[in-house]
Amino acid sequence: MNSILTPKKRTGPVLFSEYKRGDGIVKAISKSREDILFELKSSALKGRGGAGFPTSTKWMLTAAALADKKYLVCNADEGEPGTFKDRVLLLEYPELVFDGMVIGGYTIGAQTGIIYLRGEYEYMLEYLEEYMMRMREDNLLGNDILGKKGFNFDISIRLGSGAYVCGEETALIESLQGNRGEPRNRPPYPVNTGYMGCPTSVNNVETLASVPHIITKGGAWFRQFGTDKSTGSKLFSVSGDCGRPGVYELPWGTSIKQLLKIVEAKDTKAVQVGGASGICIPKSQFDRILAYEDAATGGSIMVFNESRDMLKVLKNFLEFFVEESCGQCTPCRIGNVKLLEGVELIEKGEFTFSYINTLKELGRTMQVASKCGLGQSSPNSFISILENFKDEIFHTNGKVKKNGKA
Amino acid sequence: MLVFEKNKLSEDIESFVEKYGSDRSALLPVLQSVQRKYHHISDFAQQEIARLMNIHPVEVHSVISFYTFLHEEPQGKNIVRLCKTISCDLAGKSEVEKAVQRELGIRFGETTKDQKVTLEHTNCLGMCDQGPAMLVNEKVFTNLDPENAVKILNEIR
Amino acid sequence: MEKHNNSRSPESQRPFIVEKTSGEMETIGGTVSVEINEKKMSVPLGTTILEACRKNQVHIPTLCYHEDLCIAGVCRVCVVEVEGMKTLQTSCSFPITTPIKIHTSTPQVRKARRHIIDLLLSEHYGECYTCSRNLNCELQDLAKEYGVDGFTFGHIEAPKYSIDRSSPSVIRNMNKCVLCKRCIRTCIDLQEVGVLEALNRGHDTRVGTFLDKPLADVICINCGQCINRCPTGALKANDPSDEIWRAIDDPQKHVVIQTAPSPRAAIGEEFGEEPGHSFTGELNTALKRIGFDRVFDTNFSADLTIMEEGTELLNRLKKALVDKDESIKLPQFTSCSPGWVKFIEHFYPEYLDYLSTAKSPQQMFGALIKTFYAGEAKIDPADIVTVALMPCAAKKFECNRPEMDASGFRDVDYGLTTREMARMIKEAGIYLPEMPKSHFDEPFGDASGAGLIFGATGGVMEAALRTVYELVTGRAVPFKNLDIIPCRGFDGVKQASVMLENCVEEYKFLEGVELKFIVAHGTANAKKVMEMLRNGELNDVHFVEIMACPGGCLGGGGQPIPTSSEIRMKRAQAIYEEDASLEIRKSHENPHVKYIYENFLTEGPCSQLSHKLLHTHYTKRGKYIS
Repeated sequence: MNSILTPKKRTGPVLFSEYKRGDGIVKAISKSREDILFELKSSALKGRGGAGFPTSTKWMLTAAALADKKYLVCNADEGEPGTFKDRVLLLEYPELVFDGMVIGGYTIGAQTGIIYLRGEYEYMLEYLEEYMMRMREDNLLGNDILGKKGFNFDISIRLGSGAYVCGEETALIESLQGNRGEPRNRPPYPVNTGYMGCPTSVNNVETLASVPHIITKGGAWFRQFGTDKSTGSKLFSVSGDCGRPGVYELPWGTSIKQLLKIVEAKDTKAVQVGGASGICIPKSQFDRILAYEDAATGGSIMVFNESRDMLKVLKNFLEFFVEESCGQCTPCRIGNVKLLEGVELIEKGEFTFSYINTLKELGRTMQVASKCGLGQSSPNSFISILENFKDEIFHTNGKVKKNGKA
Repeated sequence: MLVFEKNKLSEDIESFVEKYGSDRSALLPVLQSVQRKYHHISDFAQQEIARLMNIHPVEVHSVISFYTFLHEEPQGKNIVRLCKTISCDLAGKSEVEKAVQRELGIRFGETTKDQKVTLEHTNCLGMCDQGPAMLVNEKVFTNLDPENAVKILNEIR
Repeated sequence: MEKHNNSRSPESQRPFIVEKTSGEMETIGGTVSVEINEKKMSVPLGTTILEACRKNQVHIPTLCYHEDLCIAGVCRVCVVEVEGMKTLQTSCSFPITTPIKIHTSTPQVRKARRHIIDLLLSEHYGECYTCSRNLNCELQDLAKEYGVDGFTFGHIEAPKYSIDRSSPSVIRNMNKCVLCKRCIRTCIDLQEVGVLEALNRGHDTRVGTFLDKPLADVICINCGQCINRCPTGALKANDPSDEIWRAIDDPQKHVVIQTAPSPRAAIGEEFGEEPGHSFTGELNTALKRIGFDRVFDTNFSADLTIMEEGTELLNRLKKALVDKDESIKLPQFTSCSPGWVKFIEHFYPEYLDYLSTAKSPQQMFGALIKTFYAGEAKIDPADIVTVALMPCAAKKFECNRPEMDASGFRDVDYGLTTREMARMIKEAGIYLPEMPKSHFDEPFGDASGAGLIFGATGGVMEAALRTVYELVTGRAVPFKNLDIIPCRGFDGVKQASVMLENCVEEYKFLEGVELKFIVAHGTANAKKVMEMLRNGELNDVHFVEIMACPGGCLGGGGQPIPTSSEIRMKRAQAIYEEDASLEIRKSHENPHVKYIYENFLTEGPCSQLSHKLLHTHYTKRGKYIS
C-alpha cells in the first residue's frame, strides 16, 4: 500500500524537462554571482510557495548583506491542504532540489544549507540523507565543490514536528532556533536578520528546483512560458473530484477550465485554488487564469463537484486554521474561532445576515492586521465561499442545511 | 520512575545533547530523539534537557506543547495519524475512521490498553491525490478503505 | 541604555537592561525624514514608528508594548497604515529606515483596532466591578477610547480556567488574560527566573507554568514584577485587607503597622499625584485615623539591620583576615530582599553560606514588636497583630516562612502592598495628600536617613558604608553630605570601593584594605553577579547588595501600576531627598537603636539573643520540580 516511490515518467515544459544531475552546478560555478543573479532576474522567477516574491530580489538582498555566516533554507514544510508537489519533487527529482540549493548557496555566499522537512515526511529522511551522501562522494557537496576553491557548502536536514505555521518563513526560522514556531516581526526581514541573526534566504522546494533549469537553459528560455507577470510553469497538485488527481506541470496562464479538462473533472461546482488559504472559484469564473495576477496559488487545486456541500468544505478549512494558528496575535487566534462559530451558526440556521456581514468585516481586518500569512489568508475562503455560493448556503435551493433541515 | 530508568534516560539525553549540541537551536532535534525512543517526553526528561541545555524547564514544556508530534503523556508504541483535511475527508475518511475505532476499541485521541496503538487525527499529510491517507509512525499508507486500514493495523499490533 | 533590538523574536533569550542612563537617543548613522499624518519630521535611523510618534505627540494606543521589555508585536492594537504596504504594520516594532508616509488613524486602522478590542473582550471573563484593576486597567482604557458599547462578537459565559491561588504572593486568573505576553517577557527576559511561558497553540494558548503546576510549586520567587506589568487583572497580589480590617475592628486586637520608605515614596501616585513625593507624615495620620493602634517606621529596623549586618561583615572580615579561617565566605551578600533570597535558594543553593544571616528589616521588626514592644507596652503578644506596609509581593511569602516565628508567634502577620494600602485608605474615606503630617509612634520613633534609603538600589550598601566606615576608622565616610554617589543610579551592576585607612585600634587588621563592594538590582543582574562568583571573579570583593526588583524596592511588585524607568527614577529622587532632609543620617546614631542595644539586646549585635530574634537560616530548594 506504500505508494511513495511509484516511479512515474512525468512530462512538463520546465521542471519535468531534461536535466542531468550536476549540470546546473557546473554552469553556475563557471559564472560570477552577479551573472547568476542577472540570469535569475531575466527569468523573473517568483517564489513558488504561494507568496510569489521575486527570487532574484531575495537572493540579491541576501548576497548583498554583509555577514560572516549566511544560510540557505529550503522550505519543505509543505502543509497547505491539497499540496503535495514538493513530496514529488523531493522523491522523484532530488537532483533539481539539491542542485538548486548548491547554486543558491554559491550565489548568496552561504556555507550552510538547511532543509526544513515537515515531520509528516519523515519517511523520506533516510532516502534524502543517502542521496546527499552520494553527492558528497561526487564532490557536489562539501569543500571546494567541483574544484571551485573556497566554495564550501553542505546541507543538513532538520525535521519539523507537526505545525503548519512553520511553513511561514520566520516561523520556520524560529522553529530551527528551538523556539515555538511563532512568526517574527517584520521588518527586519530574514534576508538581513534570519537564522541566528544571520542573513538567510528561505526558498520553497519548487523555486529551488526551477533554478538549475534556468541556469542551464537560460532565463529567456524560462520566460517563454507563462504570462508576463507570471513567467515559467507551475506544479499543480490536483485532488478532489476528478478523474486523474496528481501533480501536473502547466505553464502559468492556464485557465481553470483548461486544467479541469486535463484532470478529467466532471460536474465541477467549485475549485479551491491555493489550498485552505486560497479562494474558491465558482463555475461562473472558470475562465479565470492561474497566475500571480489572477488566481494565485502555491500549487494546491482542489476540485469539488455538484454533490459537495460548500459549507462543510468551509468548515473543514476553518477548523484547520483554528488548530494550526500559532496563537500569538489577537486577530488570528480569536478571529478564526469567531469565523468558525459563524459557520456553525449558519449550519444550525441560527444566524443573522448582519452578523455574517460583521464577520466578513472581521475577515477583512484579519487580512490586514494579522501578524503573518496564516491569519492574513484564513479569511479568504470564508469570504469567497460565502460570497460565491451564497445561494446554496443561505437559501433552501441547495442541499445545505438551513434551520436544521437538509 | 525507577532510579535505573532515570539514569538510562539521563544517559540517552546526554548522548543526544552531545550529538546535536547544547545550544537552543538543538532543542527540537533532542526532543524529537527522546520522543522517538521513549514515545513521550516525561517531566523528568524535560528537566534533564533543561539542565543540560541551560534552558528554563517551562520553556522546554512550552515548546513541546506547541508541536503536535511531541507529547508529554506516554503514547502507544505505534502512533496512527489519520488525515482529516478536506481532500481525504471527501474521499471517505469517515468510514475508515469508524472502522479503525471499532477494530481497536478506542476513539481517536486515545491509546489502546496494551499501549500498542495511539489514534490521532492530523492535518494534511500531502497525499491528497491518494486519499484517505494515514501515517503509522513514520510510514505512510494511502488509498485506504475500511478493510485495508484494519489489515494494516492488525499487522502492527 | 541598550537600544531595543527589533530583530528579536517575541520570546527572546537575551536579558534586557532596564534603566536609562540618559534620555537621549543615539543617532546611528543619520536621520530619516518621514511623514506622519501628513506632518513631516526627521527621526534618527532605526527609530520605531511608535517612538517617533510618542516624541511628536501623536497618540497610538498600545497593549503588549512595555518600555521595560523586549518587543512582542502580538496584540496588533498599535497597527498603523504605511503607504505602499498592503497590510497594516505594528508601530511598536517597525523600524524606520526609509522615508515613508504613515497614517495612524485611517478608517481601516480604527476599524482594525476596534475589532481587536472586541475580540479581546469576547474572551475576557470577569466583571470590572469585582476586579482589583477596576479603573486602572489597560483593556478598560482601550474599550473606552474606542467607544465600545456592546459585545460585537459575543461574550464568554463561563470561566475557562480555574484561578491559581496557591502562592501567598501572586494570584493568577487566566480568564482575564489578554495574552500580551508581558508577564512572560518579564519573567524570562527581564528577571531571568523563567516561571511563566505560553503553553499550547492557537486558541488554546494560555500562560502557564512548568507542567501547569500551581505557582507555589514551581520556582517562582514572588518578586511580583509580573503583576506590575500586567495590563489587566489577570495577575494580582494576594490581598489580606479583609483580615486586617477584621483585626482593626476587633477591640481585643492591638494592630500595629510598620511602613517602609518605598511605599511612602509612591503611594501618592495612587491618589493621582505625580511620582516623586514622599507622603510619610500624611500616611502616619491616615493610618491612625483608619484605626491602627500604632504606626512604626520600618527604617528603624533597617537601622537595626545595618547594625547587625555590618557587625556580621566585620566579624567575617576579622575571621578571614586575622584568624585566616578558610571556611568564612566572602563576599557577604545582603539578605533583606525575600525575592533575592528565594532566587538564591532555588538557583544557587550551594552558595547560601554567602548570604548574611540577618533577617530583613520587616522580619526583625516583627520579632522585636512581639517581644520587646509587647513587654514595654505591657500587651499580651498573642493579641498583637503586625502588619507590614511594603512595596513588595515577596514579603507576603516571607512573613509566612516557617522559621519566622522567633517571637513565639508569627513575627509578622500580614504583608500589605502599597496598592492595597491605598485602597484601604480610600475605603476609609480619607484623601491622603491632604492629611496633616504626624510622627511615628514611640518606642521606635523616627529613624535615620540611612534606613530610609534602603528603598533604592544601592541604599543598603550606602547605609552600611556610612556605619561600617565610621566604626572602623572613627571618621564619617569621605563623601560630601554623606551621599555615597557610586552606590546610586540604575546601572545593572555597579562596582566601587572605599579605602580603609587610619583605622581605630579595634579594627587595625583592616588597615590599608580596599573595601570593595558590588550593587546589583533585578535578578538578571543578580545572576550575572552569581556567575562572577562562580568563576572566581569576586575573590577580592567584600560586600554585595542584591535587590530582586529592577530599581530596588521602589520598583517592587507591590508598588503602584504602571511602572516605568522614569517613574522609578522619580521615586528614587523622592527617597534621596527625604534622606537629605533628615537630621540623623547614620544608623548607629539613631537614638532608638542605641536604646534597644542598651536595654534589650544588651549583648550587642550578633550576640546570642540577637541571633535568636534577628537572624535566620535558609532552605536549599534547588531547581528540580517534582
